Amino acid sequence: MIALSHVERVYQVGDEEVHALRDVDLAIEAGEHVAIMGPSGSGKSTLLNILGALDRPTAGTYRLDGLDVGALGEDRLPEIRRHQIGFVFQSFHLVPRLTAAGNVELPMVFAGLPRRERLERVGRALAAVGLTPRATHRPDQLSGGERQRTAIARAIVMGPKILLADEPTGNLDSASGGEVIRLLERMNAEGLTLIVVTHDPAIGSRARRRIRLADGRVVEDVRQPGSVA
Amino acid sequence: MKTGDLLRFAAGALSGHRLRAGLSLLGVAIGVGSVILLTSLGEGARRYVTGEFAVLGSNLLIVIPGKIETSGAPPIFGSSTNDLTVEDAEAIERQVPLVRKVVPLVVVLVKAQVDSLERDVVVAGVSPAMKEVRKIAVPIGQYLPAGDLDRGARVAVLGAKIRNELFPGRNPLGAAIRLGDERFRVIGVMGQRGTSLGENLDEVIHVPVGLGLKMANRRGLFRMLIEITSHEDAEAAKAQVLAVLKERHGGVEDVTILTQDAVLSTFNRILAILTAALAGIAAISLSVAGIGIMNVMLVSVSERTREIGLLKALGVTRGQVVAVFLAEAAILSTIGGLIGVALGFALGRAVIFVFPEYPVAAPAWAVVAAIGVSVAVGLVFGVLPAQRAAKLDPVAALAGR
Repeated sequence: MIALSHVERVYQVGDEEVHALRDVDLAIEAGEHVAIMGPSGSGKSTLLNILGALDRPTAGTYRLDGLDVGALGEDRLPEIRRHQIGFVFQSFHLVPRLTAAGNVELPMVFAGLPRRERLERVGRALAAVGLTPRATHRPDQLSGGERQRTAIARAIVMGPKILLADEPTGNLDSASGGEVIRLLERMNAEGLTLIVVTHDPAIGSRARRRIRLADGRVVEDVRQPGSVA
Repeated sequence: MKTGDLLRFAAGALSGHRLRAGLSLLGVAIGVGSVILLTSLGEGARRYVTGEFAVLGSNLLIVIPGKIETSGAPPIFGSSTNDLTVEDAEAIERQVPLVRKVVPLVVVLVKAQVDSLERDVVVAGVSPAMKEVRKIAVPIGQYLPAGDLDRGARVAVLGAKIRNELFPGRNPLGAAIRLGDERFRVIGVMGQRGTSLGENLDEVIHVPVGLGLKMANRRGLFRMLIEITSHEDAEAAKAQVLAVLKERHGGVEDVTILTQDAVLSTFNRILAILTAALAGIAAISLSVAGIGIMNVMLVSVSERTREIGLLKALGVTRGQVVAVFLAEAAILSTIGGLIGVALGFALGRAVIFVFPEYPVAAPAWAVVAAIGVSVAVGLVFGVLPAQRAAKLDPVAALAGR
């Protein structure tokens, strides 16, 4: 489903060129659970941004379901993000003035879905993350774990194929972090492709496939059958 | 995305920083309010002046003896100016069909005396038609009776202030008043008029024109007021009156005829320019308000960088981001504009409350223009912040950069 070939990403920082990704070849199949690991500055987030169509490779190709995303015009990228990809961030990125339900509804508002359908889908997504009773709470009235579960509900509500999670437990204690990971794994078990960026080995070891980056290169790509807890 | 959803989202975003939104709203309100108020004052001034002319009668010609030359020294021989006489007035009224009424007018300053009270007064010798031509109200008694203009009874009609000073607290009707060397009987008191274009109508005494001429000891009239049948015929009437007088004065054109129109249109033009200038000054405050909106929106964009990044990650397009921020600016400026209109009208009412005779009125064009301009200001000054938001790189924006 995901196919990267010879992907480079070069940033211009002042006069210097910074190679965030060098010659990355990667293929990820639908339904996989992948952990992308590596020290900070190794290019994990850059890779995730490219996979999420937030960023485009400087060189090389990124095909998503056969579509050359890197070659698309910038005006076509939002559509891919809207329909194919769900993002989960370390810092949740909830809109503080909106309730949990309002945050989950947000992508559908901009996608122009009718109100009735939006409410129905919000209800289902919140139920899936176990937050139905907290639907009318604003983010500042939710715990960290609840906030991240709200963000996950928002990420899945448009029915994407891929869920991209950037350090999803980075701001959580281990109990609610574990809860969030189990929730993500359940989504994966239901068929969603899950790609998690983390530098936490405990979380990385739960993934069936581990990709390790260093200095923008893939230095390790291992599959561990049957490692799901 | 549906418009209703867009507006709801934008309004929600504004409610996130009420104080800032409120202040920029206030800026627009003050800008629009001052446009409304200042144009109301200008329009009020125009109406006031027009109204004054209407009191004077806009169907009025004024005949002044003597030709006002625009150049050259007075002629040395011949061409002596004939008097403008009561007979001339009667002839015009008879012979010119476009003329409805002619009032001969002579003015003389004399001492008025009632018992021990006395003061200097302006006595105007006029014909009974004066009442109609100058729209004079006579709440007490009656106006000068119709009759032979050359003779006339020894009766006088007092201005309101004269009555108060010479007959304090008592009924003047039938009382005797001495004007110069003549004795008159008071038959009426004119209603309060105030000052009309510098002439205080409350401080005159009207007497029949024949007696006025006698008191002034002259044959010639001071001037003639001619009411014509309609405003449109002013030029034709003027020519006909001139022809009659020229014939009666031995072929010499020795009078000057003024129309109200020339004077009125000059005033109108000056005041229209004044109103436009006031609107221009107020428009400056409106554009300052626009900059205020831009400032608020720029702060909002930089404060909500992460939110914009999130929207982009959710698949919101650039166009939608622009629409969100423009909607916010438009909501601010529209609500501000409406409050400003209310504010302008309220202040206009306050002016009327303090100066009841000043006809403050916001011209409709100013209301429409003020609201239209304020919405446009919001959109124009919202474009820059909205584009800045739309151009943000999603990755950097998510990181808050």
